[in-house]
Amino acid sequence: MSRLIRMDQTGHTTLAEWTAEDSDAIDAAVAAFRAELEQGYYAVVSDGDGRASHVRELPVDASLVILRRPIAGG
Amino acid sequence: MATGAVQAAVAGSARSAPLPELAGVRWRPRASESSLRRTERLWLACTVAHTAPFLAVAALLPALKLLLIPMSLLAVAQAWIIAELYAARGAAVVRPRRLPHGRAGECEAAERTALGLLGDLLDHHSRALHARTGLVLEGGELGAWLLGESGAVLVRPGGHRVHCYCVKATEAALPAADRIAHLLLALRADETGFATVANVAFCGARWRLRRRVDRRSRLALDAVENARPLRYASGRGNN
Repeated sequence: MSRLIRMDQTGHTTLAEWTAEDSDAIDAAVAAFRAELEQGYYAVVSDGDGRASHVRELPVDASLVILRRPIAGG
Repeated sequence: MATGAVQAAVAGSARSAPLPELAGVRWRPRASESSLRRTERLWLACTVAHTAPFLAVAALLPALKLLLIPMSLLAVAQAWIIAELYAARGAAVVRPRRLPHGRAGECEAAERTALGLLGDLLDHHSRALHARTGLVLEGGELGAWLLGESGAVLVRPGGHRVHCYCVKATEAALPAADRIAHLLLALRADETGFATVANVAFCGARWRLRRRVDRRSRLALDAVENARPLRYASGRGNN
């Protein structure tokens, strides 16, 4: 089961869950993903081994996609 | 419809891109090994320029008149204080944020949830260090990073010099662990991009910073020292 989560003031919120076989769930996840990107979130996939990647489309093969807010120099 | 979405989604797995935040700082050259060395030289020159006149005065005054020795000592103190103020500015980047009065309880549940996610992103060693110090240790190509809620310290290979960066998530209401997770994910995605977006608060000797940070951050700085051979050995090709 893959998950799309958003880091927010509650710690994090699960926005969607899907499996590769469930196209309806994938559709819902893609819609949720795009809506969050439009709100200004960035999507990151943790690749393990100390690496991560930014993605602009939902990678359905990823087990966890994390939405984060932008960072900035203070 | 489902097929289109799936195709778009699969196409999305062609990863990755530079840090998106770089678009906001287009005028900055991307950080690199050489730009970090240049920054180190500039900060050293700047510190010398600020302190040398006071040290010169301190040396000159007793030569003119022994009665001026107290003034000479004051000049030495002034030179020392200037350097310490710079280091204090660097230490501030790893200082935990103070929660607004009365919000501690309300944030506790969120903090626990955020800690779970951060823990999932870390290995056992980093998780244990975070529990003890509130900072996350992450190895990189440029050195070893210590990530806090509102900044990061880069300990350069060799462990003698540090770069303190002021950088944070733009949403103020996030729990502390989430704020660190923001920095961690950005760092892992694009290390040099991360160093470009962040603002340098201090660059100088590690011992100078170590004197100015609190006990927990000092433990984390020492952990970098102990972990250095392992961390620096693992290249990540993150350019």
